[in-house]
Amino acid sequence: MMRRILTRLANPQLLALVGVLLVNWLLFPNFFRITWQDGRLFGSLIDVLNRGAPVAILAIGMVGVIATKGVDLSVGAVMAMAGAVAATMVVAGYPAPVAVAAALAVGLVCGLWNGFLVAVLDIQPIVATLVLMVAGRGIAQLITEGFIVTFTDPLLIFIGTGSFLGLPMAAVIALVLMILVTLLVRRTAIGLFIEAVGVNRAAASLAGIRSRMLLFLVYGLSGLCAAVAGLIVAGDIRGADANNAGLWLELDAILAVVIGGTSLLGGRFSVPLAVVGALIIQAMNTGILVSGFPPEFNLIVKAALIFLVLIIQSPLASRIVPVRTSAREARS
Amino acid sequence: MSSSEYALEARGIVKIFGNHVALDAVDFGLRAGEVHALLGENGAGKSTLIKILTGAYQPDGGTVLAAGAQVHLDNPQQAQAHGIGTVYQEVNLLPNRSVAENLFLGHQPTRFGLVRRRKMEADARLILKRYGLDIDPSSELGAHSVAVQQIVAIARAVELSGKVLILDEPTASLDRNEVERLFEIIRDLKAHGLAIVFITHFLDQVFAIADRVTILRNGKLVETRALDDMTRTDVVRLMLGKDVAFSGATGVEDARPMGEVLLDFANYGRKRSVHPFNLTIHKGEVIGVAGLLGSGRTEMARIMFGADAADEGTVKVAGKPASIARPTDAIGHGFGFCPEDRKAEGIFGDLSVRENIIIALQGKLGWFSALNRDEQMEIAGRFGESMDIRAASLDMPIKLLSGGNQQKVILSRWLATDPAFLILDEPTRGIDVGAHAEIVRTINRLRDEGLALVVISSELDEVVAYSSRIVVMRDREMVAELSGENINPGVIVQAIANHREGPST
Repeated sequence: MMRRILTRLANPQLLALVGVLLVNWLLFPNFFRITWQDGRLFGSLIDVLNRGAPVAILAIGMVGVIATKGVDLSVGAVMAMAGAVAATMVVAGYPAPVAVAAALAVGLVCGLWNGFLVAVLDIQPIVATLVLMVAGRGIAQLITEGFIVTFTDPLLIFIGTGSFLGLPMAAVIALVLMILVTLLVRRTAIGLFIEAVGVNRAAASLAGIRSRMLLFLVYGLSGLCAAVAGLIVAGDIRGADANNAGLWLELDAILAVVIGGTSLLGGRFSVPLAVVGALIIQAMNTGILVSGFPPEFNLIVKAALIFLVLIIQSPLASRIVPVRTSAREARS
Repeated sequence: MSSSEYALEARGIVKIFGNHVALDAVDFGLRAGEVHALLGENGAGKSTLIKILTGAYQPDGGTVLAAGAQVHLDNPQQAQAHGIGTVYQEVNLLPNRSVAENLFLGHQPTRFGLVRRRKMEADARLILKRYGLDIDPSSELGAHSVAVQQIVAIARAVELSGKVLILDEPTASLDRNEVERLFEIIRDLKAHGLAIVFITHFLDQVFAIADRVTILRNGKLVETRALDDMTRTDVVRLMLGKDVAFSGATGVEDARPMGEVLLDFANYGRKRSVHPFNLTIHKGEVIGVAGLLGSGRTEMARIMFGADAADEGTVKVAGKPASIARPTDAIGHGFGFCPEDRKAEGIFGDLSVRENIIIALQGKLGWFSALNRDEQMEIAGRFGESMDIRAASLDMPIKLLSGGNQQKVILSRWLATDPAFLILDEPTRGIDVGAHAEIVRTINRLRDEGLALVVISSELDEVVAYSSRIVVMRDREMVAELSGENINPGVIVQAIANHREGPST
């Protein structure tokens, strides 16, 4: 049992995360220092969790979409819409829980809209979600009427900046969502069906899997997760910035999922590893910041990381490291 | 150079993948002017040997000799330079380019760096004529039938290489007439002194065309022999390494008691797919479906299963009117369907054998009553054993299994749902002899257990052996329903061939 847990932990993603953290520690010796202050934890490591949470939450929704051979480009725009809706509503005097529920509902509806385009109209996911990626930010700007809508509502601010048991609220929400979604896909047959549809949709249909319902589910979940991330980002800056909230974060979320070992061609996926992927990205961001490199450097390091992941997943790599592929050739 | 007995020879070839010995000191000699069949079950090492002879793989031991001289084949281009050309089962030419371009791809006649299209097409016309093809060289390759494309591929291989032709299952997707046409070309090439390797799963074809045979089993050479003094049973015995009671052509006893009516398709059809047909299917009977490729056999299977919805007629299941508009409807009534194209519509390549077996049952159970791992293992293990699925582990991806074992997995997938009615579309196509026998045995067993089955197959001897009635399809129409003493290959062939135009193109 112990051995099985150990072998599961010894996967490339966790090793990469540990590697990035160690590099950060070399560049910035105080990296692992955590202090207790005002009833909450402080330190670079906590920062990684806190700042990484929005992308981690997007990745939790995105991983199911990508496993079905799809992609959701609209999540950044949905974040902006959710933030705009919540902020505008509390400013207009609605109670905060209603505003939060409305923001989540907007995310869900956006996700279901994407699901409709993909599952029913059979539009390619990258194009289908591009529609909302463009339109969503426009809608968010219409809701905020072009201003950054600031608020002082304690609940919204708590979602973005509060803490629970000393941990940042954003990280706690990401953790809870990760556990819930993992249970949802692994304790039911949903995970298996998602993988089956991603590997071979024609065969899935003949085997009696309702792939439409499944697509509605994964895109709906992705929209919902985006709304949660949007609430966190809005709470963090105490305002809804329709122009910048979630900008380009869909790409970080896709990168996190791919680093987490889920292929863009669909099939096998892991929710926790997608979260680890998001943490790897954030650990690099934070490492560059705390070690004093200019933030522009970040983009180059990220590009290098993408390049590395692509090489590892390329057919060439599986030929150079033939250990696991040799069996299939012998049988052909 | 020409002193050698062999046009192409392999001596003591060893190939190892990881810790699996794919080829163990295999010798192979190919003479000019012979057709040499290479036989073996899936996994015997045929493909590996071919890939070494064509430079796609490098051997870990042994040597390859062309015309008596040792050669190093680092890639297929070098093999081509040594006169070795290959044609694969799936034609790997460019369907959206012209026939002439495909013939000369990479070797187009040029002047000042520009392709001389006129000359190319004129040359192509001459070549095509030699192969009995009267088609326009400027037409798109993809517009022609698979058989024509196959012949173009052979023409290309022979024109470029010219000494050795390797045919890797060239007949798998051809119908009877097309195979005969291909054989004429092969005989002609042989008469011109070409050395030809022929790989197939069809023993009839081996006996029809080959002079000698080399049999591999588990990576070892079993025997190379002239076919004159061998019987079919000899070959099968050598391939399997044991005496198998091949249950061919025993026939179903007429006195078999027929079960009650399970299905009643009345005037059932779909526009531009299958003409309306009437068919009653009883419990405990196998209905064989015969017909050429494109005759509407597969389309008929698909509308029975709801993979395509019927737009005419009615169906009754156990006496009650039913609506079967999608596969889930059919599965709800206890149907199962093994599609013809295993790879594209059957298997989930990256998923495990276990998941591939339980997926239809899980689909029936729905999202929220998940089978846990132990239950899955139990079900998969049960079928792994009863169907004799040869997999190192039930957790390995199904794509690593041989075609025959994949087919057994898909059959198991439906048996796990406890079906009342199974539709099998070409269940034995392209699989090895052992798996073939296992699937035929299973069909017989299921019938005896009271299932209703519809089996589509091109192998008439086989269909005749287990069917109680045979439906013949032609031009998307059910043209005959045969029973009793009419169930014999002669009558079926006649029904298929009736009013059919002579071979076109």
